[in-house]
Amino acid sequence: MLNTGSNLPELPTKPAIGLPLWLLAELTYRCPLQCPYCSNPLDFAQQGQELSTEQWFKVMAEARQMGAAQIGFSGGEPLVRQDLAQLIREARRLGYYTNLITSGIGLTEQKIIDFKEAGLDHIQISFQASDEHVNNMLAGSKKAFAHKLEMARAVKKHGYPMVLNFVTHRHNIDRIDRIIELCLALEADFVELATCQFYGWAYLNRVGLLPTKAQLVRAERITNEYRARLAAENHPCKLIFVTPDYYEERPKACMNGWGKLFFTVTPDGTALPCHGARQMPIEFPNVREHSLQHIWYDSFGFNRFRGYDWMPEPCRSCDEKEKDFGGCRCQAFMLTGDAAKADPVCGKSLDHGLIIQAREEAEYASQKIDEMAFRNDRNSRLIAKS
Amino acid sequence: MSFDRKQIPAWRRGYRFQFEPAQNGHVLLYPEGMIKLNESAAAIGGLIDGQRSVAAIIAALETQFPDAPELGEDVEQFMEVARAEHWLELA
Repeated sequence: MLNTGSNLPELPTKPAIGLPLWLLAELTYRCPLQCPYCSNPLDFAQQGQELSTEQWFKVMAEARQMGAAQIGFSGGEPLVRQDLAQLIREARRLGYYTNLITSGIGLTEQKIIDFKEAGLDHIQISFQASDEHVNNMLAGSKKAFAHKLEMARAVKKHGYPMVLNFVTHRHNIDRIDRIIELCLALEADFVELATCQFYGWAYLNRVGLLPTKAQLVRAERITNEYRARLAAENHPCKLIFVTPDYYEERPKACMNGWGKLFFTVTPDGTALPCHGARQMPIEFPNVREHSLQHIWYDSFGFNRFRGYDWMPEPCRSCDEKEKDFGGCRCQAFMLTGDAAKADPVCGKSLDHGLIIQAREEAEYASQKIDEMAFRNDRNSRLIAKS
Repeated sequence: MSFDRKQIPAWRRGYRFQFEPAQNGHVLLYPEGMIKLNESAAAIGGLIDGQRSVAAIIAALETQFPDAPELGEDVEQFMEVARAEHWLELA
């Protein structure tokens, strides 16, 4: 700040509100897969009506005006929306970089061509495992794997850049070498090796998903060996390894800070600072009732954890608070019941014992894949009832 | 090793250079990411079209900014970094 030479006392520093550069459009909670690590809310089957095409057009136009440059079409499975090509076309017309985040189920070569023509910039396909059997079991579908391979090849064939996303967990992380080999064979431009994060259905199934420390260390070592090899070959493929925060001593700077960069709109129009925030005891605004301008700058929900004034100890006096913002609010809420507490991942948190306990559980957990709660309508209704 | 200015740079497939009014500057967009470019990078980026060679880009910038020294080296440096980051390809 420039010194204007006035004699006014210095105002307390309040960080400026950033631009919502990223719009995550969760078009639907409908999905043909049943991944037990899905981050959708447990009661997704009971959520309200989906936004219409025109309502999405309005959301996209307002967010673009406010600075959003990236849009992610996600879900659920966004391909079940019949108006997806229209939404892509409008987003691209507005100047967005358009990302389709899909399981690939429901994708056809014709759609890949049509989306390209509509202006789609990039397709991310998520895989459940490198091996057909495990993939299909996790996806809850017999044909999922073969179809994904075919679609990944078609994505490259039609000139898109491609991100392949693998959610890794205790049942597939030991095959990380095969996962990477598969991605290289499919000519992925980016590979996200995302160790499962524990929200939504994944939290419910944590015992069946959290890898052991040894599994994780090994996977990271192998990934680094591949990175070195790719760098030596000047290979353009980038491997992104996301460590699960359960094995960290400091929390992640979740969403780069609350209400700083990300604007999520859920299928029924509820606006969230992060796609996991719905479960919090905060009434978040809906785009049917408010402008995005109001929601981003003025709503209670988006301001709830902005800045540092809301922080209790140990975050309040912590010299790392500007680096990690006290970690993840959803995780603090899920694990402690209080969304303002320090993320228990942090070694300074009084609740850190919960994380240590989960790590210990991972050492002797024996839950098999088919013993987890699969994400489907039936389970969602059962959970919402109980 | 000297830099071959006859090479023609093109953005990598899936990378898009554009002006963002809200940020009052140019960015490079790519799958799920964005890089904010500073003014000199933006001036260079605006001339990358898959047709102009590095030499042609330098010549265009020298006309645009006649008083700027060492333009050629700046452009070469940008190209080296951008290639190492796989933002663009030099053919």
